[in-house]
Amino acid sequence: MRAPPTVLLKDVSVVFDGFVLFDGLSLELGAGEWTCVLGRSGTGKSTLGRLVVGLDTGTRPSGDLHDERGNPLTGRVAWMAQEDLLFPWLTVIENVALGARLRREQAPERQRQAHGLLKRVGLAGIEDALPGTLSGGMRQRVALARTLMEDRDVVVLDEPFASVDAITRAELQELAFEVLQDRTILLITHDPLEALRVGHAVFVLSEVPASRLTPVPVEGTPLREIDSPAVARAHGELLRQIAGTEG
Amino acid sequence: MSWLKPLLIALALLGAWQTVVFVFDTPPYILPGPERVLLVWVDNWVLIAGHATTTVLEIVLGLVLGALLGILTAVTMAFFRPAHSWLMPVLVVSQALPVFALAPILVLWLGYGLASKVAMAVLIIYFPVTAACYDGLRHVPRGWLDLARTMGASPRSVLRHVQFPAALPALASGLRIAASVAPIGAIVGEWVGSSRGLGYLMLHANARMQVDLMFAALFTLGIFAVALYFALDWGLGKLLYWHPQTAR
Repeated sequence: MRAPPTVLLKDVSVVFDGFVLFDGLSLELGAGEWTCVLGRSGTGKSTLGRLVVGLDTGTRPSGDLHDERGNPLTGRVAWMAQEDLLFPWLTVIENVALGARLRREQAPERQRQAHGLLKRVGLAGIEDALPGTLSGGMRQRVALARTLMEDRDVVVLDEPFASVDAITRAELQELAFEVLQDRTILLITHDPLEALRVGHAVFVLSEVPASRLTPVPVEGTPLREIDSPAVARAHGELLRQIAGTEG
Repeated sequence: MSWLKPLLIALALLGAWQTVVFVFDTPPYILPGPERVLLVWVDNWVLIAGHATTTVLEIVLGLVLGALLGILTAVTMAFFRPAHSWLMPVLVVSQALPVFALAPILVLWLGYGLASKVAMAVLIIYFPVTAACYDGLRHVPRGWLDLARTMGASPRSVLRHVQFPAALPALASGLRIAASVAPIGAIVGEWVGSSRGLGYLMLHANARMQVDLMFAALFTLGIFAVALYFALDWGLGKLLYWHPQTAR
């Protein structure tokens, strides 16, 4: 059984050339839970995601980022972005096993694992297709399988379903929620309904600079039905907060 | 039927040529007709083939060495920031100085043989290959590099599995230009000083008023140059099977 960590951001400050984006920001990602961060463009959503993954943010952030035991997260976080980032010269199955290729792990069980994951995201039979021949939704499924292949305890999803149609998005949310269980998830999104469907905890980045985040209360547990009264009630409150006017 | 149009154009040009010769009745030492050139080509094909072998070798060697050198320079510039400011002037000079101006010096230093012509071809293709490859390496989508980073890839692995394949379409454009200009280097080299090659044969034939032989040599060079371009283009298309603009 997997034991995902709690991720703690403490007193994180990010300053770009005198422009303060985060000023002592603190956030806790519950172990094995989906934490959703909502916000408009320019509020630093993606920067927050990149910070947790350990990617370059274009500046030197200060503050602490570690798990509940104080251990760093290096090498323990997988990342899935809005663009599927599939390599067009690799086949679908090669894209799924990209990490193994980049790290030169040529074990046959990795190949079997890749095939299994492709089947799990509902794409068995297109192993040898090139990404250029797939639809947007299928490409994101491949990207999801590739993220699973990394088998990390923490996963950052940066608006992963923003560029597909509504029906496909709903399907992908369900699929992702199912296959990413028992992992600590940070979902960056601008879609309040997405956050309300899958989030154990929902936060809104509305002010710049952001310092303290308070969770928006949502009844029930995910995966919530999109037409449930709890979702409908929280939806209005969320929209008000995203727009920056306290409700 | 992509070969049909070039074929028709070639036939039309041959027809125009024959018409000019027929209408103006040009003497063969000024402008021989296509039929005469063909006859001379058939009569002298052993001679022409011998010289062509030399020229082809110069061009192909120049192309291979120039491409390798260009790729190596581009990779160096892309990975060692300081190298960029050091190598850029060299690159610009290699392009700004006309290869015609350097030809006598290269022949003086490297001799009448193969080396000076290969050097000339290398010099002429170095810039287009380097510039194209460097551009390709620099413009790899950031998301791909970020993803590779999160997967714990080493810089060497990123170069091999991400940057190089991603730069390949740009490099291919550079290589296509290289294939079309490499013959210039070799021929100029042969004109300045040589004892073999199609350029040498053309100068020699010109001096003896064998304009028909000159034309035969010129056509041989043209056919090879076009064949080289299309062979390379075909090969690159195979290599870029995934790239919608170039795949075949």
